[in-house]
This record gives sequence, structure tokens and C-alpha cells, in this order.
Amino acid sequence: MIVELGAFALILSLLLSVAQTGLSAVGGARRSPVLAGAGRGAALATFLALLVSFAALIYAFVTSDFSVANVAANSHTDKPMLYKVAGAWGSHEGSMLLWCLVLTGYGAAMAFFGDSLPPRLRAYAIAVQGALGVLFLAYTVFASNPLARLLDAPIEGRSLNPLLQDPALAFHPPFLYAGYVGFSVVYSLSLAALIEGRIDAAWARWVRPWTLAAWSLLTVGITLGAFWAYYELGWGGWWFWDPVENASFMPWLIGAALLHSAIVTERRGALPGWTAFLALAAYTFSMLGAFLVRSGVLTSVHAFAVDPTRGVLLLIMMGVAAGAGFLLFGIRAPSLNRGGQFRPISRESAIVLNNILLSTATAVVLLGTLYPLIREAMDGEAVSVGAPFFNLTFTPLMILAFAVLPAGPLLAWKRGDAKGVARKLWIVLALAALLGLIAYAVVQPRKALASGGLVVGFWLIGGALLEMGERLKLFRASVAESLRRARGLPRGAWGTTLAHAGLGVFVLGASFETAWRVEAAQALSLNGSQPLGAYTVTLTDVVTVEGPNFLAERGIVTVTNKVGAEVCRAAPERRFYPTGAQTTSEVAICAKGLDDIYVVMGERRAGEGGKPAWLVRAYVNPWVRLIFLGPLLMAIGGIVSLSDRRVRLGVGRRTGEATS
Amino acid sequence: MSFWPQSRKARRRLTILLAIAPVLALAVGLALYGLRDSISLFYTPAQAQEAKVSAGRKVQLGGLVQHGSVVKHPDGNVEFVVADQKATAKVVYHGDLPDLFREGQGIVAEGSFNDAGVFEAKQVLAKHDERYMPREVSKALKEQGEWRGEGAGAPAYGKPAP
Repeated sequence: MIVELGAFALILSLLLSVAQTGLSAVGGARRSPVLAGAGRGAALATFLALLVSFAALIYAFVTSDFSVANVAANSHTDKPMLYKVAGAWGSHEGSMLLWCLVLTGYGAAMAFFGDSLPPRLRAYAIAVQGALGVLFLAYTVFASNPLARLLDAPIEGRSLNPLLQDPALAFHPPFLYAGYVGFSVVYSLSLAALIEGRIDAAWARWVRPWTLAAWSLLTVGITLGAFWAYYELGWGGWWFWDPVENASFMPWLIGAALLHSAIVTERRGALPGWTAFLALAAYTFSMLGAFLVRSGVLTSVHAFAVDPTRGVLLLIMMGVAAGAGFLLFGIRAPSLNRGGQFRPISRESAIVLNNILLSTATAVVLLGTLYPLIREAMDGEAVSVGAPFFNLTFTPLMILAFAVLPAGPLLAWKRGDAKGVARKLWIVLALAALLGLIAYAVVQPRKALASGGLVVGFWLIGGALLEMGERLKLFRASVAESLRRARGLPRGAWGTTLAHAGLGVFVLGASFETAWRVEAAQALSLNGSQPLGAYTVTLTDVVTVEGPNFLAERGIVTVTNKVGAEVCRAAPERRFYPTGAQTTSEVAICAKGLDDIYVVMGERRAGEGGKPAWLVRAYVNPWVRLIFLGPLLMAIGGIVSLSDRRVRLGVGRRTGEATS
Repeated sequence: MSFWPQSRKARRRLTILLAIAPVLALAVGLALYGLRDSISLFYTPAQAQEAKVSAGRKVQLGGLVQHGSVVKHPDGNVEFVVADQKATAKVVYHGDLPDLFREGQGIVAEGSFNDAGVFEAKQVLAKHDERYMPREVSKALKEQGEWRGEGAGAPAYGKPAP
């Protein structure tokens, strides 16, 4: 009964979003507050109806109602409760419903919180958001209904892929979607402004908080995904340039570019066309991601059920949404106001350079991701583009961006003082280079490239700290004066520092971990040991354990240091899930400050002398924690900026900044 | 400077162009170089023989793991034979095989052939769903007439051990 109610609510929300689109569009065009108000009401109702539908799906999963096809295919009575709930978005159908829920949620948020938006812009934006809702809801209702019933209900479900039964992955999709789909709001705002034919600073003031929110959430989502890959897949890596990872990374890059260009449009009224273009592009890349993941055109770690019909439908939806957006952009862009002027050396120029580099990097990632498709269409050859391509093309562009990044926030708007900035920054550069040289001399084995990476990381962190120091007049004014300045500083400034420093932290971790990881893999019988860098890894015992829905062989692996003292005891597992007859490896990780000792156990095999042996793979991943800490700082930076009074209230006039 | 345009608008366009051009040139150059050198082509054993893949070139080798061919050595080395309808290729690999690596199943190995014609794999990929096969494998086998229908379900790549 509850499932039928959910299915009904889903169809209802489709009809409501049709109403939302129509009422808001007509309300905007006729400047009718009544119709626009009705459109807002419809937006709220759409979201509520979908909330009911989603709750019904979760209910079906929690109660293991296997007469629902989606539950039967993805759940099991033995599954722990968290994964029963997470199962609701673990499948294709359920995740599309989550997509719709987030999409309409943002629509409702615009209806509810958007009081300071110009009424007409708001009505149009809600209409566009509604139209996106119609597209995706129609797809969900007609092509991938998550609440469809089975004629013959099975007694037991097929369970969720055990690899996906993990806390990080339970929360990864909601964050990712909140980020992905968050860009739908800036898409709608952009399209609404293009319909009106006016893009100005007030508009950018509205785009920025939504971009910040979406981008921060996407950062958390991607980081959770990388963290999951790191400790669940057992390959020791955290990023593989897999097509699906790229699919989430491209909107992130465009989102980062948009964050910055929106600042220029907001403060200086410059680059309005470009900002609108990026706003359209961000959501287009989100939809491209949905298409790539679900259509199965590219083989990937994450591929959902491959269904060509769905792929075609998603492609059509993306074509319609992106086509409409860019067509309108093409018509309206030439008539947009050019906005403020600026000199080649200025903060505007620095941000333009940031945007050029980020967009080019996105284009390179896009090329690498789609190249197998292009090649197959052209000459039928199957190729794969992997990490070497991206390391070669993406990394140099990013290094260029990082090289100029610390100068950006130090430059003044409109006309900057290059010499003055260089005078401030040379000490940071010298310090970063010194630290890099020390690393080159001290860390064995010697690696020049990785030491260079460390220089870049220190340069970013140092630059961010210096900029904050400048704003606070640290060491130049009295402590009391600096403290007063710190209190008066807008949150946005703190956000910038946090995010830029976070990027540096990530670069440090990524350079160090990639270059100086130590690996050892040997088949060990009981009490056998192998060296691992400065440590020794001993397989002390293997026991059998029974989990809620799996059987496992658990190895007790003792890690000792040079003098033979025990550093930690790791317990990697090899789990067998009877449902679906799958085996997975559970990684055991000992955290040592910023480093991880990472142990994986393989299957039992015949060792020397017929004794049973297990392949024990162990890594020392130095500074690996920084790789996940950095993006987290960036996301926190985004949230802190979001809490800035100026952003939150969308203040009409710019109140004087605390510092220049 | 006479080539520097007079109008402010044209001057701005030129500045932006001057900023974009080197970045774009760098990106295009690197991309072209990367696409020539750092992509790997996919072969089945028969295709690899036919194409005479040179030793040391990074490629992907895909096919079915031949029954009874898997030998696991105590030192962590694994040997097995990958086969298609017409040819076979011996693969050596150091490390743990993916959880769903099984005889008779489709896999993709990444690595290169050595001088003796043995494929040294750096990574082995298998699919978690036994009904599923890597797309390149299924396509190549289809062309050879080896294919026996496509399974639905939720295919997800298994962990390729490094």
C-alpha cells in the first residue's frame, strides 16, 4: 500500500512540476504575482510529493519488500540496516529518484528562500528548474520506475554488491548528487537571466552562493568516493582517472572556474557572458556524467546496469537541456553588457587566467574520457586512455595554475601592482623552494619531480597564509590591531584562505604519497614475514569469523619496526558473501600520524612444503591523510564563504571591506 | 608599436587572445603527444599475434582464462593462459588476482609482451558479475563468433590488483 502511495506521489510530482513550469513561466511573462506565487507553491508541492515517494522507497527497502523489483534486485534481509537504507540509492532506478529529489529540492529552496531575487528572474528560474524536473521525472516515471512491482515476488533478494556495503559509499551518492544537481540552480538562474536579457552584478550575487554550496558538496562527495576507493578496493590507490571519476571531476573543475568568475561579475560587473556560459556548462557536465555512468558506453568501475535504451533517453535529455541553454546563450550573448574594464595586471586578469587554465584542463579531461568512443566510432579500434595520458596533459596545466594562484588574491582589482606582489611573495617562494630542497636531500630514494611537487604544495599553503597575514597586518601592526582586523574580516576571506591552503595540502599529500609509497607482496604462511620499508610485516594468525551477511577469514598481521617493537596489529579480512557468491577483501589500515600502513590479504593457496599460505600485500602510504584532508579543507572553505553575511543575505550594496 | 590596435575593444580582445593562445597550444600539443604515446590499444591473443605487437609496448590483452592453466607460485607470481577462439597467450603476473578471477571467465590484463612473447601483466581486471564480460572482450569475441549471449545485472569491475 505504502509503495503504491509512493508510486502515486511520483506521478503526482511529475504533474506538479509541469504545473510549476507553466505557472511560473506565464507568471513571469505577464508579471503576475498570483501566477508566480502559484508556481512557487507547485515547486514546494513537487518536492513534498517526491519526498513521500522517496520515503516509500526507503520503507520498501527497510521492510525488505521483495515484491518491488528494485528491492528484490538490490537488497537482502540479512543486510545491515544502514545498507538497507543506502540500497535505496545504490541502484540505477533509486539513484535517479535521488537525482529528482535533489533537483526538486533545489527548486523548492529557490521558491522558499528566494525572496530577495527580482520577482521576474525568480519566476523564470523556477520555471526552468521545473522544466528540468519534468525531463528527469518523466524519465524516472516512464523508463526507470524504482517502485515498479514484480508479478512473482521472490522469497529473498539479490543483495547489494558487497563492495558497495560501506559507510563511505552509503553517504557518497547523496553528497555527490547534492553537488551535481546543485548546478541545476545556476543553470536555471543563468537561463532565466538570458531570457530576461540582463546579466549584472545582482545576478552574480545570486549565482555565487548556489555555486559555492553545490561545489562544496561535490567536493565532499568526490572525496568520500576517493576515500572509499582507497580503503575498500584494496589497490592502495585513490584516483584512477576512471571515466566515472572524470564524470564527477569535470563539473567540479567547471564549478571551481564558475566560483571565481562569478566573483568578478559580482564585484566588477565584468565577464557576464562568460559567467553565464560556465553556469550552463556546469550542469551540462553534470548531465554528461549521468549519461556516461548509466549508458554503459564506457567501461568503468562504476557502471550501472547497462541499458542502451536508457542511454539514448539520457542523451536526448542532455541534448534538449544543454541545447536549449546554449542556443539561448548564442542568441543573447552578443547583446550582453560588457561590464567593467581592467588592466592586464589585476585580480580580474588573474581570475581570467585561472578560468582559461581550468577550462582547458576540463577540455583535456573530456577529450581523454571520450577518446575511446571517438576512436571506436572512427576506426573501430578499442583503446583505453589511462593515468599516463592525464598525468601528461592535466598535471602541467594545473601546475601553471598553481604557480600563479598565490598572486591572485594579493592583486588589487582593476589595476594591480605586480612589483609589490612579487616583493611580498618572494619570501614564500624562497621558503617553499628551501623545503623542497630539504625534502630532495633527506627523503630516500631521491626524487626530483616529487620534490618539485612539494615545492608547489608549500607555495600554495604559504601564499594563502601570507595573504591572510597581509589582511591582518600580522607582525606589522600590534597584536590587538591584528585581532581586531581578524574579527572584522569577512568570512569570504577566511574561506578563500582555507580553500587555497587546502589545495596546497592536497598537492603535498598527492606528491608525497605517489612518489614515496612502499609496497611489498609475498605469499606468507603462518608466522612468515616480509620486509616493508622500515617495517617488518608478520602474518601471526588466521581465524575464521562470521559477519551478519558474510563469512570471513581474518588475518592477524603484526607490523614491527626496526628494533622489533610492535607498531600495530592489522586485521585484514577476506569476506565471502553467500548471496551472489562474491568474495571481497577488507583492507586493514593502521594510521601513523599522516601515514598509513595498509594491509590486504589474498586467498589461501598452497605455499612451500604444502603449508597453506596467504598473499599478504602491504603498503606504507606516507602523508596519504593529507590527500583527503586537503579537499575537506576546501569544502570547509566553501561553506565558510557561504556563511559570509554578504553572500547569505545577498546584500544589495557592497559594504566596505575590512581591508583593501 | 604599430600592430597594437587602436580601439580599446580590439586591444582587449588581443590581450585575451594572447593569454589563451599559449595555454591552448600547450594543451593541444600535450594532448596530441599523449594520445599517440600513452594510450593503450586492446588486443585479443589472435589480434596481438596478427598485429605483431612489439615487445615493451603497453597494451591491454583480453580474452577468456583457459581452464586448468592457472598456476600460483608461493612467491606471489601467477601464471595463466588467456585464450580466444584462434590463439592463446601466456600471462605472468605478480600479486593478488581480482576476487572474481576464475578459469573460463573474461578478463583484461594490462601490461606488455616481453622478448619471449610472454605477457607481463601489471594489472588484471575481472568483472564482479560472472554473467558480464569486459566490453572489449565481448566485442572481440563476438566478431570471432565465440559469444554466447549477453547478461544483464549490475556489472562492476572487480578490483584490479596492482
